[in-house]
Amino acid sequence: MRSVIKNVHLLDGTTDYGTGDLYIKDSLIEGINLSGEVDETIDGSGLTLCPAFIDLHAHLREPGQEVKEDLASGLAAAAAGGFGSVVSMANTKPTVDEAGIVADLVAKARKIGQARLFPAASLSHGLKGETLTDFGALKQAGAVMITDDGIPVQDSHLMRRACEYARELDLVIQTHSEDPGLRQSGVMNEGLVSQRLGLPGNPISAEAIMIFRDCEVAAMTGARVHIAHVSSKRGMQVIEWFKAQGHTNITAEVTPHHLTLDDSVFESFDTIYKVAPPLRTAEDVAYLRKAITKGVVDSIGTDHAPHTQAEKDLDMLQAPFGIPNIELTFPLLYSELVEKGAITLTRLIELLTVGPAKVMKWDIPTLEAGKAADLVLLDLATEKPVTPKSFKSKAKFSPWTGQNLKGWPVRTLVAGKPVYSA
Amino acid sequence: MIAGSKPVNLTPPASSGESTGRKKHLLDFQDWSVADIHALFDTTDVMAQVLERTIKRVPALQGFTVGTLFFENSTRTRLSFERAARAQSADVLSFAAGASSLSKGESMKDTLRTIDQMQSDVYVVRHVAAGVPYQLTKWTDASIINAGDGRRAHPTQALLDAYTFKKNFANFDHFEGKRLAIVGDVMHSRVARSNIELWTLLGGEVTLCGPATLLPRELEQFDKVTLTHNVYEAAEGAHAVMALRLQNERMTSGLLPSIAEYQERYQVTEKVMAEAHPDALVMHPGPMNRDVEIAGDLADSERSVIEKQVASGVPIRMAVLYTLLVGKK
Repeated sequence: MRSVIKNVHLLDGTTDYGTGDLYIKDSLIEGINLSGEVDETIDGSGLTLCPAFIDLHAHLREPGQEVKEDLASGLAAAAAGGFGSVVSMANTKPTVDEAGIVADLVAKARKIGQARLFPAASLSHGLKGETLTDFGALKQAGAVMITDDGIPVQDSHLMRRACEYARELDLVIQTHSEDPGLRQSGVMNEGLVSQRLGLPGNPISAEAIMIFRDCEVAAMTGARVHIAHVSSKRGMQVIEWFKAQGHTNITAEVTPHHLTLDDSVFESFDTIYKVAPPLRTAEDVAYLRKAITKGVVDSIGTDHAPHTQAEKDLDMLQAPFGIPNIELTFPLLYSELVEKGAITLTRLIELLTVGPAKVMKWDIPTLEAGKAADLVLLDLATEKPVTPKSFKSKAKFSPWTGQNLKGWPVRTLVAGKPVYSA
Repeated sequence: MIAGSKPVNLTPPASSGESTGRKKHLLDFQDWSVADIHALFDTTDVMAQVLERTIKRVPALQGFTVGTLFFENSTRTRLSFERAARAQSADVLSFAAGASSLSKGESMKDTLRTIDQMQSDVYVVRHVAAGVPYQLTKWTDASIINAGDGRRAHPTQALLDAYTFKKNFANFDHFEGKRLAIVGDVMHSRVARSNIELWTLLGGEVTLCGPATLLPRELEQFDKVTLTHNVYEAAEGAHAVMALRLQNERMTSGLLPSIAEYQERYQVTEKVMAEAHPDALVMHPGPMNRDVEIAGDLADSERSVIEKQVASGVPIRMAVLYTLLVGKK
């Protein structure tokens, strides 16, 4: 099988190749501007072709919470968002804390044949923060990352041992860095808005302190520690400080929602905005964007966190934390950050492809010959409103409903095969 | 919805003398003007007269149904609203959710939709979570009156407090320049938040006083609001001093070392009131812990209008129901 995408703007996280034709041979990229017979020709006029995105942080809810999302819906949603590879979080029911569960997920995802699935396994059994899971067996079964994401690892000793052990196995530990004691029952950022609205606040110090702890343990052990969903300026500054000292084993992630929303949205008392860590102030949002341009941020992870509408219809105290966003991540960030001049398109692509691949020590996804034909065709010109009803995700609601965005994926390929067509 | 697009206001924007038109809900005072509040107080005067008659009932709300939706228990506030509804000949549907369907797992939204089939014209809502009255406005066409949502707002309490002040402060002329000192657990208090909002809307000033653990520093960023940790300083020159209820759980959750320390540093006493304006009133939104946040003898003194606050509750709530329902149809 040989195909070509013609007259398309070719761009990856490192190079802008200009307009050309990209040839695909079976599951791999064959090269640019070749010739000869093809089985299929796709007209890419007016479109942009990039390596498919990599999400190191999605909650696909399987096993056990299929009412919120399952592998089929979650991976289809990922493909619709231009993602070719997804790391699924382990805070499921049961927790992904045994090799058998990992193996089952891998096998099932292969059958579904959508975006590629790379399961994360939990750091502690049942996310209880007490005993370490069998990292070795989990890795052998296909787990690519160790994380208790959703619940911070409170015990510093456990975190130390996890890092030491993960280092031996060259596994990435992803952290959910919030100090539970300071976070308490906070449902939004603690500050002017929370005090005015009378909602329990979660202070920035809860994040900054735990990021410091996690970076310090990373520095102590040499483990690869990926700080997930950094939400605050102070939290980001802690990471900057460690990075400035040469701790290249520490990497940082930001999410689409922390880059685009601030805590003033709670004026509407809409539980859709309830997320952990919480949406911070406009100053924090500005700093996260700055951190991207300064090179402190390594990857953008979605933290796609679907729930049922009924769960989000609860009150502010009881509604669950999480924003579903994997189908909007690129259009949202393209429209809000690139179009408005905060970051370049190349940098955005980098943070969604090269960046996460480096965090994981995966093959760097580019448009060069011989690379996997995991590709996304983007329409950067057409503006379309966000319509959650058409989501592939089971969570058919969004903070951005009705907002006009550009940058919609029109086709996603994984190993040369289409997994999404608009 | 994008970062930085929405400014934060504690003082309502419509602070002009113009009426802002018909009101559908009373959630807080964000879309109420000074003129709206004074009109409501005028209606309250009429209602107070009704309550002085031998037959304390008028047909003003005949044919209307008032539903009380108390997801959190409060016998006092619920009775006050039900009395206000019945005194105007409205029908009352009373729903106490604490012991009902919610414990069976029914969602707040489904509860409302079920009750809504009985076609209330207005729901009086109390809930432990801030924002629930706002959420409910999306799921019903009826009016919503906030009877207390979490730490957020309790607008009828603030109305009856301001009304009580207006009626009882010697030679009252206007709220401009009048200072209300609120002493105690401001952090957890919806009464404090609504009083800040209303009192400053009316042109007054507010001093908040309490231990640092119960007094959010952010509140000082609002116009006409000052903070202090010294109760004598808070009372100095104040025209009204309001003590807030101190709940025992504040001690167990580590926010305060002991009752004794609180009493020593923050109890509102005769000695504290000596610093206040000579005609200053003593207020308390109830229920009161005698000799904890307020000295028992002060609560019973001439300066105290605590019982008058309770008495103002019914006419204020009558006026709110009337304003929303009759203004609406």
